Amino acid sequence: MSGKPSEHAEPNYWMVWLSLAVLTVVELLVAQVQGARAFVIFSLCALALVKAALVAAYFMHLKFEKYALILIVVSPLLLSGILYVGLVPDAITHIHWLAH
Amino acid sequence: MAHAATLNGVERYENQLTPGWGKLMMWVFLCSDAMSFAGLLAAYGAVRLGSSDWPVPATHLGVPLTALNTFILICSSVTMVKALSAIKHGDRKGLLGYLGATMLGGATFLGIQAYEWTHLIMEGMTIQSNPWGVNTLFGATFYILTGFHGCHVLSGVIYLFCIFVRALQGAYSAENNSSVEIVGLYWHFVDLIWILVFTFVYLIA
Repeated sequence: MSGKPSEHAEPNYWMVWLSLAVLTVVELLVAQVQGARAFVIFSLCALALVKAALVAAYFMHLKFEKYALILIVVSPLLLSGILYVGLVPDAITHIHWLAH
Repeated sequence: MAHAATLNGVERYENQLTPGWGKLMMWVFLCSDAMSFAGLLAAYGAVRLGSSDWPVPATHLGVPLTALNTFILICSSVTMVKALSAIKHGDRKGLLGYLGATMLGGATFLGIQAYEWTHLIMEGMTIQSNPWGVNTLFGATFYILTGFHGCHVLSGVIYLFCIFVRALQGAYSAENNSSVEIVGLYWHFVDLIWILVFTFVYLIA
């Protein structure tokens, strides 16, 4: 339970920065795609989550933290996930309502 | 004596579990703050899905300018992490330089956001109405989400300035730099949240 040590080799921060910049450009390009709305929304959400994960893992050093801290951070995120899952039935109802 | 020994035992055990109280408390704060943003974004999603007259954001919001702002915030995140890296290597000048660049990035972000808000308000988009005949909640959700985030950026710049002043006084070294790490956590969190806000508010049509 003592977890991983906090000391670790320094990640290549400039590479993370470059990845974030490139992913932002990809996001802008994906947002221009006409039609295929579900694909565009899914892709944009996925890209945003990847970018957020890169910031948390490398800039906030979460990847190199002790397991106890990772558990503390992940727990509320799971609760947030439940919040969004709870919205799905409402979303489906509204989509059907708007379609008719 | 026995009490002190027990305390030492507890502290030793806690030190194995926790990364230091300051850092741990910042993480706990960030988790609760993340829940606030999650609630706001969930409400935003629910409002959008329930609206038949929600506009395509790019037609009214300045996506290219905000993309530039996003890039500036990402740059300020890398300068923040380089500031911590510098002081961990005992480089005080590097710390000051990178902290200064991070503050500059934050201030630039705020300046561009203030320009965008001014432009939209001049066009007639307020928290209660807009001139385009679209859902009035478009303006309300926009100002609440970006405003709440902007308050975080402003707090972050002030927080960074305090750390910068302490760094000028020589308060940090290769051995003593936890305050720099903690302000960094806050700043990266502000960047992380903006990545989500930018996608949901500006990009998703």
